Amino acid sequence: MTTATDVEVVDLATTPLRELNQRLHDGAAGGPLRWRIINPNGAHAVAVGVDAPFEIEIDGHTGYYTAGMNKHAHVRVNGNVGVGCGENIMSGSIHITGNASQACAATGRGGLVIVDGDAAARCGISMKGVEIVVKGSIGHMSAFMAQSGALVVCGDAGDSLGDSIYETHIYVRGSVEGLGADCIEKELKEFHREELGRLLTAAGADAKVDEFKRYGSARRLYNFNIDHAGEY
Amino acid sequence: MCGIVGLFAKNPEVEANLGALLAPMLFEMSDRGPDSAGVAFYREPVAAGHTKLTLQHDDLNFDWSALRKGIKEKFGANKGIERRANHAVIVAHADAAPVEAWIEERYPDVKIMSAGEAIEIYKEVGRPEAFIETFDIKSLNGTHALGHTRMATESKVTTAGSHPFSTGLDLCLVHNGSLSNHNGLRRMLRREGIRFQTLNDTEVAAGYMMWRQREGDTLTEMMDNAFEDLDGFYTFLIGTRDGFSVVRDPIACKPAVLAETDEWVAMSSEYRSIATLPGAENAKTWEPAPATVYSWEKEAVR
Repeated sequence: MTTATDVEVVDLATTPLRELNQRLHDGAAGGPLRWRIINPNGAHAVAVGVDAPFEIEIDGHTGYYTAGMNKHAHVRVNGNVGVGCGENIMSGSIHITGNASQACAATGRGGLVIVDGDAAARCGISMKGVEIVVKGSIGHMSAFMAQSGALVVCGDAGDSLGDSIYETHIYVRGSVEGLGADCIEKELKEFHREELGRLLTAAGADAKVDEFKRYGSARRLYNFNIDHAGEY
Repeated sequence: MCGIVGLFAKNPEVEANLGALLAPMLFEMSDRGPDSAGVAFYREPVAAGHTKLTLQHDDLNFDWSALRKGIKEKFGANKGIERRANHAVIVAHADAAPVEAWIEERYPDVKIMSAGEAIEIYKEVGRPEAFIETFDIKSLNGTHALGHTRMATESKVTTAGSHPFSTGLDLCLVHNGSLSNHNGLRRMLRREGIRFQTLNDTEVAAGYMMWRQREGDTLTEMMDNAFEDLDGFYTFLIGTRDGFSVVRDPIACKPAVLAETDEWVAMSSEYRSIATLPGAENAKTWEPAPATVYSWEKEAVR
């Protein structure tokens, strides 16, 4: 009989990945609430599609799509993650203590993703409501076509930030190598100060609201404009 | 898709076990490239005035001793033939060009995989695990090595179309990605006198690098030119006599991970290859930035 305080340890050196993910999926119907996954050794698709309020700790570096499509679970990775960590996250949270590769939290619809290190290119690409806090820097083409949610960057942002952005709020403390099409610096209003303060606190980030600049959409690409047909 | 791995030894122990350490890295990239596999090892450099050649013949029972006898009579050969499956390494007491011309004239079926002081290239179609076994990759030592697993997209699965590609003396290239302007570039390079064996896009990139080096480019100048002229997406791993360089295209389409400890430097398409190395969990691990050349070189080799 397991209780809520027990931690279910799964060793990926001896357990097939499919078995782990199946157990996590079946576990929504009952069983352990706390999971610890050891020896991931860069495996892809660790803890994808979890749909239960689990606490999952992964010890070591993981491969692609870690905790993708996550719903309700709180996942912590003690290490680096590969391409597409938390892609299409729905809710819950993912905390990465190392660096994240490309397309972190891509298309995410909700929840919170925290990266203690750097995130590479295309962080938050096409994000649709997820909140992302990167304590280091992010790579080029981040928040491309970002639709809603918030992206906080305590370090610097790479080239073409927020290209073709819709309504995501982007906050950057450091430098921005270049802004993408239709992305501009915007006023940090009281609403944004509150949102940014809340996210910095939630992520445990050592940064002050006043140090950030906000970027968002100039809203010039929103609608098809027949007068500009030649430019599309 | 394709997978790339590279390993650079920082101490004699890693040098002695280079093949045993590279083989599991290559195996991990089997899913990314099940069609063919290949490696370039830099090992046991020959004395000044000598050239080491890696040769290949489709027939496993090809009579290498006759070829060696001919080379010995013409140029002087100071070592026996070292055979590895259908490849053979031979050392001639001469510059590379006359030996290569001699082989091409007399043995048109023999393919020259590499030439130089230290480089040896082995490559073959089939699953990477079979390649590792057949060529006994684990027994190889060396200062540094590059490996590739291929998922063919734009040209035939053949030995000649496998990676690494030789790009000149002690130089080679492995590639993950695809080039879109390789047909035009191949025509241009043929006019410049560069020869091609296949319709493969990476062979064009290798030929391009050969051409730029012939024109006197340094590695940095060559890559600056390549960023302009090569249209497509790529992560390249470039092997030189004393080390290797990693470079990604300007929008970093293709994956790459680098890791470094006091014992080694490793590059791979994915972290799971690097995870097979001792000390990987505490290595400094990062993703290389786009359009940036990362290089490691042995200083005390020469």
